[in-house]
Amino acid sequence: MDFLETLLNGLSLGGTYAIIALGYTMVYGIAKMLNFAHGDIIMVGSYIIWFTFLRLDCHPSISIALAIICCVILGIVIERLAYRPLRGAPSLAVLITAIGVSSLLQGLPAILDTISKSSNNSALKEKLSGILNPLPIQDMVHTNKLVLFGVEFPISISALVTILITVATMIALTVFIKKSKTGKAMVAVSENRDAALLMGIHINKIIVVTFAIGSALAGVAATLMLTKGTPASPSFGALPGIVAFSAAVIGGIGSIPGAALGGFLIGILETFCNANSALSPYRNAIVFSVLIIILLFKPSGILGNPRREKV
Amino acid sequence: MRKTNDLGLNKSFKFKNYLNYTVILAVLAVLMILQFTGAAGTDFNYKIMPIVIPIGVYVILALSLNMVVGFLGELSLGHAGFMCIGAFVGGKIASLLDTGDNANISVMLIALILGGLCAALFGFIVGLPALRLRGDYLAIVTLAFNMIITDVIKEIPFFAKGSNLPTPSLKDEYNYIIIFAIILITLAVIQNFARSKHGRAIMSIRDNEIAARTMGINIVKYKLTVFTISAFFAGIAGVLWSYYQPGINYEMFKYNVSIEILVMVVLGGMGSVNGSILAAALITFINNYGKFSEESFAPYRTVLYALILIIVVIYRNAPGLKGFREKYNMKDLFAKIFKKKTSQEKLEDIADKETKKSEKSDKKEQKLSNKVSKKAAKSAKNAKKEDR
Amino acid sequence: MAETLLEVNNLAVSYGVIRALKGISFHVDKGEIVSLIGANGAGKTTTLQTITGLLRPVSGNVIFKGNDLTHVPAHKIVSMGLGHVPEGRKIFQGLSVYDNLLLGAYTRKSKAEIEENMELVFRLFPRLLERKKQLAGTLSGGEQQMLAIGRALLSNPEMIVLDEPSMGLSPLLVTEVFEIIKTLQNEGKTVLLVEQNAKKAMSIADRVYVLETGMITMEGPASELINNENIKKAYLGE
Repeated sequence: MDFLETLLNGLSLGGTYAIIALGYTMVYGIAKMLNFAHGDIIMVGSYIIWFTFLRLDCHPSISIALAIICCVILGIVIERLAYRPLRGAPSLAVLITAIGVSSLLQGLPAILDTISKSSNNSALKEKLSGILNPLPIQDMVHTNKLVLFGVEFPISISALVTILITVATMIALTVFIKKSKTGKAMVAVSENRDAALLMGIHINKIIVVTFAIGSALAGVAATLMLTKGTPASPSFGALPGIVAFSAAVIGGIGSIPGAALGGFLIGILETFCNANSALSPYRNAIVFSVLIIILLFKPSGILGNPRREKV
Repeated sequence: MRKTNDLGLNKSFKFKNYLNYTVILAVLAVLMILQFTGAAGTDFNYKIMPIVIPIGVYVILALSLNMVVGFLGELSLGHAGFMCIGAFVGGKIASLLDTGDNANISVMLIALILGGLCAALFGFIVGLPALRLRGDYLAIVTLAFNMIITDVIKEIPFFAKGSNLPTPSLKDEYNYIIIFAIILITLAVIQNFARSKHGRAIMSIRDNEIAARTMGINIVKYKLTVFTISAFFAGIAGVLWSYYQPGINYEMFKYNVSIEILVMVVLGGMGSVNGSILAAALITFINNYGKFSEESFAPYRTVLYALILIIVVIYRNAPGLKGFREKYNMKDLFAKIFKKKTSQEKLEDIADKETKKSEKSDKKEQKLSNKVSKKAAKSAKNAKKEDR
Repeated sequence: MAETLLEVNNLAVSYGVIRALKGISFHVDKGEIVSLIGANGAGKTTTLQTITGLLRPVSGNVIFKGNDLTHVPAHKIVSMGLGHVPEGRKIFQGLSVYDNLLLGAYTRKSKAEIEENMELVFRLFPRLLERKKQLAGTLSGGEQQMLAIGRALLSNPEMIVLDEPSMGLSPLLVTEVFEIIKTLQNEGKTVLLVEQNAKKAMSIADRVYVLETGMITMEGPASELINNENIKKAYLGE
């Protein structure tokens, strides 16, 4: 395959990872927890887009908006019910709970699936199997190559849109954190919760906003992933979630440009592995090996601040 | 009766410490009697006996993961990866050495040891990042390790590309005795390790790594030891699994299996050896027995365990539930039944003793020094009186 | 008689089974500088953290301007007019000096009023104005302490509580910090000061409470206690 084309495809895949990684990095940086269920929020979003777009014939923009809204609500509910009670608890407990939430979410579509298979009510059965057997969404995707002024560029429109959305999101988030009052409060909460409280910052409210932003990004990620042709499934978000978290760690967790950089790097690496038939079966192994190597030599990631653990 | 040194340094035989071995042996005896006499009917032989082996495998897995999660306090999400290595290496070796004689114990022993050692080697390698990384990062690294292992195994022709590598099996009716023997060995090694000086050193690393380091505890040695031993037994469990299954598949060892094992350890109570055994046995039994073991119930099981996991972890750790936990906990419930002191009262006793001690030492100090503070206290009282 | 601004009644606080405060009572009148002195582990920081809601008492209460603070969430206390300069300064190192100050005014709406306070802070601490755009983490210890005080001032508090403002500072800077505290009083602020440096604290305080292992053992006007033989021996090292 053409080098330039592979690179651009890598950037597009990387863009998707970057969006997911931004969600992880926001929550990790401010709520100080690894939201293991982030990938599964993406999964729920993908089902919603799929169902509203193909079954209910919604306009793509409406179904995307619906997915984002549902993801935000889901993220806030998860934070309230599962994570908030553990504020101040050992981080091991929080991580285990997040793993529990993740497998809970993955189990839900599977339960609907079993109901639809074993149900005697044919109307219900049909409805459920309608939700549960998603097809790849082709209509939403413009796989056509970009043509400008009569010149064909080696990049599809959807890939280009992915890259643009990623860059725009990154810039918007950076501006939000640096300039807005809530953004600065987020930095304050991330640095020192007690001091933030003394400023009159409502910690829980800030963390809810963080989860809302992270989950909205999950909705966006669901859209981008669907445009790549993968159909929704219970494990839709699991692997990309872990890969993207690795990307966030590689870039430096807590850092917004770091997440984007890590995402693009992993995306390019994976695409180049894929393009090489000898390496392609090992692409995940290679990606994770890079993660382990980077963690060993620079645990704070490429753009992260080295932070020493306090006694 | 012999008087024991109450500092606890002299190890005296206490039946309490060997209760779990006794219970396991008793279970084995009951199973053997039931099977031998056929007292429980033929159903028993067909329905219960086949579950004994997976239960044993998961008990070993939970026991070994508990070493890392419970004792060392690090989250490992790659336990199924070690099991995978054990299963493929041991299974392959066994199938190469197997001469068609199904009950060849010596072949099984070689497979067990080599499978375990191979897994242990990888445990050592995974332990290396654990020296620099903690918490969430290490969890992700172990998870990544699990994915790398299954991804690589499925590309190796020697292991039949990870799909349906045929493995021998011990078709003997009494093969579960081997499982019990291995459980007892695992338990003995892990329990003695935990109760030794090394075990205390490891738990001190869990509670405060920097403090442990200043005490002269060799963090590198202990972390690597824990990961290696834990992986060794996971590898053994993998070899047993390969004997239990007619053929093994890389998909049997994906990271969701690691999470299943983690659920058992957490539900059993992190750090509790007996808890791990009980939770692993119970969950594996439920997963394999009767209607609930059917494929259509799998998602319900996943969701149920996930819910229980979340509720248990929140109940045990939520700062907001602290008062509730102190009021209603199992130990105190038992204590009330047997009219012993509840843990709260015990703590209060300790606190009282401490304050008395500190008051005493304070007095001594006061006497020894030039009685300044005594005067200060007096004048303070006077000052207070005057204020009133 | 002066109006009582802060009243602490029989306050008891525990960390698990350890009783850090065993029922202390004191009060701060409007316009006063009151100092709480005591050795390490006497419960000084615990007292301040309980007043501003970071810790919850087992029993007793805190009354500020006639309102019981015991059940008010910590983030709401600052807007009631109580500013807290925490131990170890705890400034936001990754933010600029200006952003740190703005976060101090987080609960306030009126831009004009914030601007007014900002001017006051820059008048008190001209060095912060020079370093307005610099990251707070790059400031020296003394400057960080000034930033922490300035940040608390931006919530326009009626009363300001300071936790060990002299900690880790050179003697020259310590003098400067205490001068600033005196200036705060002149600006009309009420001050509750927690200090290990008893000598300095007593030199600016109106009244002093001595805290020993969770109990108040002595109290009185600073001018009296400073001449008390026992205080001299135990805390002033004379």
